Amino acid sequence: MSLSAKEKVIVKDFFAKVSSRSDEIGAEALARLIVVYPQTKSYFAHWKDLSPNGAPVRKHGITVMGGVYEAVSKIDDLAGGLLTLSELHAFVLRVDPVNFKILSHCIMVVLSMLFAEEFTPQIHVAVDKFLALLALALAEKYR
Amino acid sequence: MVEWTDFERATIQSIFSKMDYDDVGPAALSRCLVVYPWTQRYFGNFGNLYNAAAIQGNPMVAAHGKTVLRGLDRAVKNMDDIKATYAELSVLHSEKLRVDPDNFRLLADCLTIVVAARMGADFTADVQRAFQKFLAVVVSSLGRQYH
Repeated sequence: MSLSAKEKVIVKDFFAKVSSRSDEIGAEALARLIVVYPQTKSYFAHWKDLSPNGAPVRKHGITVMGGVYEAVSKIDDLAGGLLTLSELHAFVLRVDPVNFKILSHCIMVVLSMLFAEEFTPQIHVAVDKFLALLALALAEKYR
Repeated sequence: MVEWTDFERATIQSIFSKMDYDDVGPAALSRCLVVYPWTQRYFGNFGNLYNAAAIQGNPMVAAHGKTVLRGLDRAVKNMDDIKATYAELSVLHSEKLRVDPDNFRLLADCLTIVVAARMGADFTADVQRAFQKFLAVVVSSLGRQYH
């Protein structure tokens, strides 16, 4: 599964449209990740505050969303463009790739909540594909 | 037996009592057919599913979406024994319809996205957790009678 030229435009346009609320999207998506899928907290055991609305979670959500936007800008070569991030996830963070899918779902739930009218099925499928390809690129260096 | 907290029970009842089944059912099913096009394999006789617009305007898809939501209502009304409530439906989906049970999970994800859109800010993280737990029990029960 790869993104068509049209889908790349859809993804870039949509993320540009929602960029003013990207911090909110990231913070909310990560908060949902740890509330709805508590097993993901295992990656954040080193934080003193694991409350969904606490500062560490919100700050990290913003960081993660920054990574998503970086991926949007490198949509024509995700594997190449995200090499450093892939090495980080593979050798340092060692996040089990199943969690990429879970976080993608949480991001899309938040997009649907905040942009109900805009997050049509056509946009949903393009974003879903993009996030899946992003996850693949992040797992590129895993083994 | 599944343990439900008071919050979970109240949340599920509240979501479904406020829901317009005739709006959400068609929206969820048509979204599933667009986002996961391989699910169209079960709807060969539904006519035009050629593109997103055709799917969303297809009256057979809409009718079936309503059927699915009304089926879900049975679990809402029998939260303490969803497994037994769906035993017959599970056999139907396995032996007659031959639906890959992973597709139940795909439809559940689309339903979550649609409900999030309808509820907006009311779809808090805790509400989402309760809703997804409910759907996970439904999905598991529907897959129970597959052999």
